[in-house]
Amino acid sequence: MTRLRVNGEHRELEVEPRRTLLEALRLDLGLTGAKEACGMGNCGACTVHLDGEAVYSCLVLAVDCAGRSVTTIEGLAAEGKLDRLQEAFIAADAFQCGFCTAGQIMALAALFNRAPHPSDAQIMRALSGNLCRCGAYRHIVQAARAARDR
Amino acid sequence: MITRREGRAKVTGAARYAADMRLPGMLYARIVRSPHPHARVARIDAARAAALPGVRAVLSSADSPAIGWHESSRLFDTTVRYVGDEVAAIAADTPALAEDAARLLEVRYEPLAFDLGGQRQKPKLEERGQLARGLREADVVLEAEYRTQTALHNALEPHGCTAFWEGDRLTVYESTQGIFAVRDEVAEKLGLSPERVRVVTEHMGGGFGAKQIAWKHTVIAALLAQRTGRPVQLVLERTAENLASGNRNATCQKLRLGAKRDGTLTAIDVRIDLEQGAYSAGGEDSDVIGTYLTLYRCGNVRAEQTALATNLGPAVAFRAPGYAEANFALESAIDELAERLNMDAIELRLRNYTSDDQREGKPFTSPESLRRCIARAAQAIEWQQKRPGLGFAAHDWAAGGGWPPAEARVDFRGGRARVIVGVQDIGTGSRTALAQIAAEALGIAVDAVEVELGDTAPGLYGPTSAGSATLATLGPAIQEAARAAKEKGSATAKRRDNPKDRSIRTCGAQAVELCVDRDTGEVIVKRVVAAHDSGRIVNPLLHTSQVIGGITQALGYALSEERIVDARFGEVLNANLEEYKVPTLADIPEILNVSESMPDMEANPTGAKGCGEPPIIATAAAIANAIYSATGVRVRELPITRDKLINGIRR
Repeated sequence: MTRLRVNGEHRELEVEPRRTLLEALRLDLGLTGAKEACGMGNCGACTVHLDGEAVYSCLVLAVDCAGRSVTTIEGLAAEGKLDRLQEAFIAADAFQCGFCTAGQIMALAALFNRAPHPSDAQIMRALSGNLCRCGAYRHIVQAARAARDR
Repeated sequence: MITRREGRAKVTGAARYAADMRLPGMLYARIVRSPHPHARVARIDAARAAALPGVRAVLSSADSPAIGWHESSRLFDTTVRYVGDEVAAIAADTPALAEDAARLLEVRYEPLAFDLGGQRQKPKLEERGQLARGLREADVVLEAEYRTQTALHNALEPHGCTAFWEGDRLTVYESTQGIFAVRDEVAEKLGLSPERVRVVTEHMGGGFGAKQIAWKHTVIAALLAQRTGRPVQLVLERTAENLASGNRNATCQKLRLGAKRDGTLTAIDVRIDLEQGAYSAGGEDSDVIGTYLTLYRCGNVRAEQTALATNLGPAVAFRAPGYAEANFALESAIDELAERLNMDAIELRLRNYTSDDQREGKPFTSPESLRRCIARAAQAIEWQQKRPGLGFAAHDWAAGGGWPPAEARVDFRGGRARVIVGVQDIGTGSRTALAQIAAEALGIAVDAVEVELGDTAPGLYGPTSAGSATLATLGPAIQEAARAAKEKGSATAKRRDNPKDRSIRTCGAQAVELCVDRDTGEVIVKRVVAAHDSGRIVNPLLHTSQVIGGITQALGYALSEERIVDARFGEVLNANLEEYKVPTLADIPEILNVSESMPDMEANPTGAKGCGEPPIIATAAAIANAIYSATGVRVRELPITRDKLINGIRR
């Protein structure tokens, strides 16, 4: 049994050692906001926070998360109130299909937790591991800057 | 500013995609694929795979209904024709178990000779005037050969679905650009009437053309669900996505342009080979010759394209199919011709401007729009300053009229409206733009309009999201239904035909400014400006997203993306997102959308056309032309990678 906190709640998982955190979130806990697009740490669509740090959840084993704290996109809006990044993404139209969006926001949210007023260079770096095939990058950066400057 | 209506769902993770469905007892399926580019499947032994606890069904040529697919092939054929061709499928309790079972499946292949060079198929030829005369009349004849690569769509959401049966009725949650295309095809393959199949696409994670037809995985999932009596989810892994779900065909384009001293084109001659892969997927060839016949005024044209069948994954439409490939060649050649004539490249384009669709023999509904786009892009990049590193390209695209027929229903009660249509929002913003059209027609706020789409169940037919057609097809039907609903409370309207005596197109122009590091061959794009005729721009925010998105993809097409095949084994070496180089944030320059709204009321009563595909078309040529301006090196082959450029610079 693997005990961990997910979005502030205690959860227990009974999973095979090979099950990734991404699979555990999506299949066992029904949290489908994080997406599997490549399954090998190339695209960032599965980005979540592990003890506050952005990780590719497709590269983390669920059993290695025992005693740790995971935050997913579903846990970002506190009591239904959108985070400033989420609001900025909507205002800047920082997505089209939306499949990479959770990962983009979580990558930025980890940075914002660490540095509430990040530099442009920090924003670019935080997003460097997240692909967007629809090509919303410019609007994603615009959203990040707007959230910072708010 | 009106933002995307599904914005909240997408930023909170609530938006449901095909693989987000969770149904009781659901199984996960995996397809076993050929490791050989061409082979006979001599024997399949599924005993060990089937015996693995948790494995619920195995399908293969040895054990499945004989369903025809791709010309004369089968769903699971006993001859496999490319690395990635479908051999078998397994449903199990977890994705990992299905993968384990796939490894336990014993398949004996008898390898056959394979061909990556290609068998020539029947050519397609269009001609007008007399080419020989046009060439004789020319003062200058430019002759050149251009090549474009095989590009992979790589939508972040792979192809996939969740399928389940209720009695003899099938429901499929599918990642598709065409819910009705999938419904009809799946029904036909399974021998069902279409009413027994329901296809739902709430949200989908990009398609770019690769999801506009029904693929095998849907029928396979349906068969596995039927055999096990349980819901089945089948999502392609990234490798399979890159081997077996379509690509933009590579081309070789040999062309001759003849012109008078004053720049008047007298002859266009082009012979194109395009690589279609092992099958003609969905029966479609991209129309590579199209733009040669329409972009410039010329009386003597001979344009021919020939598909080559190879033992590689099948090609399928990819955002502006044919036009993106051809535009690189034609608009590079126009630049080369301008230099030979000692003319300004934009002046040469305007010298050969046409207000008529010469292919169809009709005037355009927007005869002056390309001229306006050219002027706007030229002004935005300050073309007249003639700085080194500037490049320009114009384009046209044979779409914008929509694909009738289509139906829309509007219910209007108590100041609120509900719109029901049978299209899907593939990330282009259809929900939002269609709500705006309805709100406008009803004279109510857009927030008072609800849009229901992405479901075949209401039986209101809508076209595939392709050809940049959704807005132009459904917009007019919604407008008409909304006006009627204002009187009657509820109304359904059909989008009728496009005008017969005019030709509808979209078009545009892009300009690029860049510099090149002469030591490393690195291209640093500084900015791209784009002016497109999309008809009336219904939502400027979403329009700009589309323009920027198309150009972002085009940067990859121009500079980094290429499927690499090992010629000895017929294997794709970069079927993943690590080695297939899609653009990243660091690759993106300033991109400026300077398009103006140009309502085209002759096209349809909303004046709106479409903007999904056009932004990807002209960028590669503009970049190639800018590279020539910056370095004096003309690269006639995409992608323009450092090695090609640095070799040119050293020479």
